[in-house]
Amino acid sequence: MSLSKTDSPKSAIRSRLSFSEQMRQFPWWAIIMIVALGISLFGMLGNDNYRAALNFIINPPTSTEMAFGIGIRNGVMMTLVTTLTAYVIALVLGLLLGIMRVSKNPVLFHASTLYVELMRGVPMLVLIIWIGFVVVPFLRQIFGQSFPLTGVQGAILGLGFGYAAYLAEVYRSGIESIPRGQMEAARSLGMGYAQAMRYVILPQAIRRVVPPLANDLVALLKDSALVSVVAVPEILQMARLFVSRNLRAIEGYNAAAFLYLVVTLIFIIVVRLIERRWNTNG
Amino acid sequence: MDDAIIRLVDVHKHFGRVAALNGINLEIGRGQVVVVIGPSGSGKSTMLRCINHLEKPTEGHVYIEGVDLEARTTNINQTRAEVGMVFQQFNLFPHLTVLDNITLAQRVVRKRDKVERDRVGMELLNRVGIPEKAGAYPGQLSGGQQQRVAIARALAMNPKIMLFDEPTSALDPEMIKEVLDVMQDLAQTGMTMVCVTHEMGFARAAANRIIFMDQGMVVEDTTPNDLYNNPQHERTRLFLSKILH
Repeated sequence: MSLSKTDSPKSAIRSRLSFSEQMRQFPWWAIIMIVALGISLFGMLGNDNYRAALNFIINPPTSTEMAFGIGIRNGVMMTLVTTLTAYVIALVLGLLLGIMRVSKNPVLFHASTLYVELMRGVPMLVLIIWIGFVVVPFLRQIFGQSFPLTGVQGAILGLGFGYAAYLAEVYRSGIESIPRGQMEAARSLGMGYAQAMRYVILPQAIRRVVPPLANDLVALLKDSALVSVVAVPEILQMARLFVSRNLRAIEGYNAAAFLYLVVTLIFIIVVRLIERRWNTNG
Repeated sequence: MDDAIIRLVDVHKHFGRVAALNGINLEIGRGQVVVVIGPSGSGKSTMLRCINHLEKPTEGHVYIEGVDLEARTTNINQTRAEVGMVFQQFNLFPHLTVLDNITLAQRVVRKRDKVERDRVGMELLNRVGIPEKAGAYPGQLSGGQQQRVAIARALAMNPKIMLFDEPTSALDPEMIKEVLDVMQDLAQTGMTMVCVTHEMGFARAAANRIIFMDQGMVVEDTTPNDLYNNPQHERTRLFLSKILH
C-alpha cells in the first residue's frame, strides 16, 4: 500500500522508476553524512578545545617532532602520503604476485603463494609492528645507521607489502575470470605466453578489477591508522599526542574520527565516480 | 622433402582416464581441403587442437611441414604463426577494435610496421565483406560478422594452414551462409584447410576429402561424394542418417 500520491500505478508506468525506487537510488546516506559532518564542523569550530585538537592534528606546533626522514607535519597529509605510498607499492607488487599466482612455473607459483599466505596469515597490525620494531632495527644493526630506512618508513612500506598480498588475489581472480579461449586465440596467432598476457589477458583482467581495486584503496586509507603504533605522525597518532599533552580525550579522538570520515567520504565519492565511468564503458 | 604439410603419427590423447584420441595416423597434403565429421566426443576438436599444439598429444607426433611439434628444439610460437585457427566461439579480443584484433599479432609476432599491418588488415576486412566495421568493437557485431573478423585475424598472419573448429555451430541459421561463403572462397585460393563442421553443403562444394571419426579414431577417409553415396562402415551410415535426416 503506497502512502504517497505520486506512487499510483499510473505514474509508475509513466515514470520509468517508481517513487520508492527513486528514493532508494538517491544517495541519502551521503547527504545525511555530509550534513552531520557540516554540523559537527560548525560545532567544533565554536569550541576552543575542539579547535585546538583540529589545529594540533592539521598544523601542529613546530616543537612537535617530525617523523624520522619524512618532513611532513600535517597529520592529514601524512595519512594521505602513507595511504598513497602503500597503495602504489601494493598495486605494482600485487600485479606481479597475481601474475605469478596463475603461472604454470612451480617456482613462481609457490613463491608467490607462500608470500600471499604468509602476509594474509599475520594481522596487519602485527606486520607493521614487526617491520617497524624488528626488521628495520635489525637491518640497521647490520648495515649501520646509514641504512636508508627508518622504522616509520618501514612501517609504511610494510602496509604496502601487506596489501600487495590482498591485491594479488584480486588480480588473480581477474585474470582467471577471462575465458580460456582468449589465451588460446592469442597463442594460436603465434604470440608467446608473456605477449598474450600483456596484450590480451591483462588489459581485460585489469579493467574488470578496477572496482575492487578502488574499494581496497578506501580500506587501505582506514588501515593507514595502524601505522600510528610506530609513531608515524598521521591523524590518529597526532590525536593521541594531543590527548596525552592536554588530557582531552573526547575532543582529540572526536576530531580524529571527524577527519577520517571527511577523507574517507571524499575517497568513496571518487571511487564511486570511477566505478560508474567504468560500468558505462562496458 | 615432405609431401604432407600436416602429418599425425600414432597420436593418442588422454584426459585423465578418458581417451579422446586413440592412435590417429593422418597425412594432409598441401592445398587439400579436409572436412572432419563425427559424433560429439569422437575427438574431432581434440585432433584439430593437436595440430597447432593447443593440446599436447599424450603419445605420438605431429609434424607441420616436417617439423616435429613435440621436439624440444621446436619454437612452437613460430610454428603456430603459420597455422591459423578459427574457433566455435570466435574468441575475438573484446577490448580491441576489429582492425586492432587483426593487426595485433602482425605487430607483436610478425613485427610489421603500422602502414603495412593496417593495409593487410583493411584488405582482409574487404575480403570478408565488412570494411566498414574496422573501428567497431566485437561486442557491436553480429555473430556472423564476428566469425568473419576471426577468419580475417587468422589470415593476417599469412598462414599456410587454416584450422576451423565448428566455425558455424554458435551462429544463428541466417548467418551461417556468410561465414561458409568466406570459407569457400578461401578454399578456392588453394589454402590447406582442416574444418570440423557438419555443414554438408560446404563439404560437398569445397572439400576434396572428408574424414569420419568415431571414438578417437579415423573410421573413414574418402571424398565427400563417396561418403554420401557409398559409406563403407555401419557407424558412418548410422551417423549420416542422423545428420542428413
